[in-house]
Amino acid sequence: MLTDAFNSFAGADHLIISIALVALIMFITKKISIMLGEERIASALAIITGLVLAFIGGKVTGGSSGLADISIFSGAGIGLLGGSMLRDYTIISTAYGVKLKNLKKAGPVGVISLLVGVIFSFIVGSGVAMALGYTDPAEVTTIGAGAVTFIVGPVTGTALGVSSEIIAISVAAGLVKSIMTMVITPFIADLVGLDNPTSAMVYGGLIGTTSGVAGGLAATAPELVPYGAMTATFYTGLGTLIVPSIGFLIIRSIML
Amino acid sequence: MEIIGMGFVAFFMLLGSFLGRILGQFIGTGGDVGGVGLAMLFMVLTVNYLENKGKMFKPRTENGIKFLSALYIPIIVAMAARLNVIGAINGGLVAILAGGVATIGAMFLVPLLSKLKK
Repeated sequence: MLTDAFNSFAGADHLIISIALVALIMFITKKISIMLGEERIASALAIITGLVLAFIGGKVTGGSSGLADISIFSGAGIGLLGGSMLRDYTIISTAYGVKLKNLKKAGPVGVISLLVGVIFSFIVGSGVAMALGYTDPAEVTTIGAGAVTFIVGPVTGTALGVSSEIIAISVAAGLVKSIMTMVITPFIADLVGLDNPTSAMVYGGLIGTTSGVAGGLAATAPELVPYGAMTATFYTGLGTLIVPSIGFLIIRSIML
Repeated sequence: MEIIGMGFVAFFMLLGSFLGRILGQFIGTGGDVGGVGLAMLFMVLTVNYLENKGKMFKPRTENGIKFLSALYIPIIVAMAARLNVIGAINGGLVAILAGGVATIGAMFLVPLLSKLKK
């Protein structure tokens, strides 16, 4: 009787189970990050936990959709919550806080650093992918997009229809960037002259990964955080606009 | 009402998605190409235009939008949990190199671009 009740329970409300799971992940990673005294790494830690769970899900089921292959998370569970529809919806909503007057304040140097930042990361990421033997233009573009941010990677991958495996690589590339930015910014700050509002805006525009920039600057010079964030908030939007379109066209014309 | 804020974002997503699909057909990949970026662009322009006109959103409408923004990291966590990570392990090196070189390289561009202002 209990088994039947459990099976019936586990067969329903997949979306709610998934929301509860994600909430639990966020709660625990937040606690851990506070314990480590590094609260700013909470998001990165939560995303890594998601990837680890996907790894476990894949090992247990032998499938290719991570946790979504486990029946209590399947169907309209993790698949829906972590699908491209809600992902794009919430990413677009973040544009609400973006103030154009900040871009004007940052001036031409801010705009140039944004463009250079997105293009540079994309070229480096795509170049690495090609050098390591990826030959499909859509896959190369997606990995290059991941080097832009861990959002631009999956958005580009979905647009170009690449496999989940390549999207996972692009998320990992974006995470490496975000975490590295947080960790090495304080050490490299003197070397690159990161001690005034202008260089902070340039830095935000060049690196772009919002959590990394805010975290890195907070550890370096907290008063510079708003300047870095000012340009970084435009970065992902610009990336999702130009990488899957112009970026893909360029990669495709190079590779064919 | 909160739902109006959610609907506001939905409108721009649908607009971006439609334009992105036109772009996708144009490029020949199919799918929605750049729709997210277009949606964000139009939304930023619209919100800033309205604010310049002195038209602010009601706090509850704003709450609908802020609720969605607050969900973006949790949704990325859910997305991460459904990816084919096992298949991607072999690509670990490309992820570390692509992300790492892009980051360090961009940091060394900071002094170059900072000079532009002077």
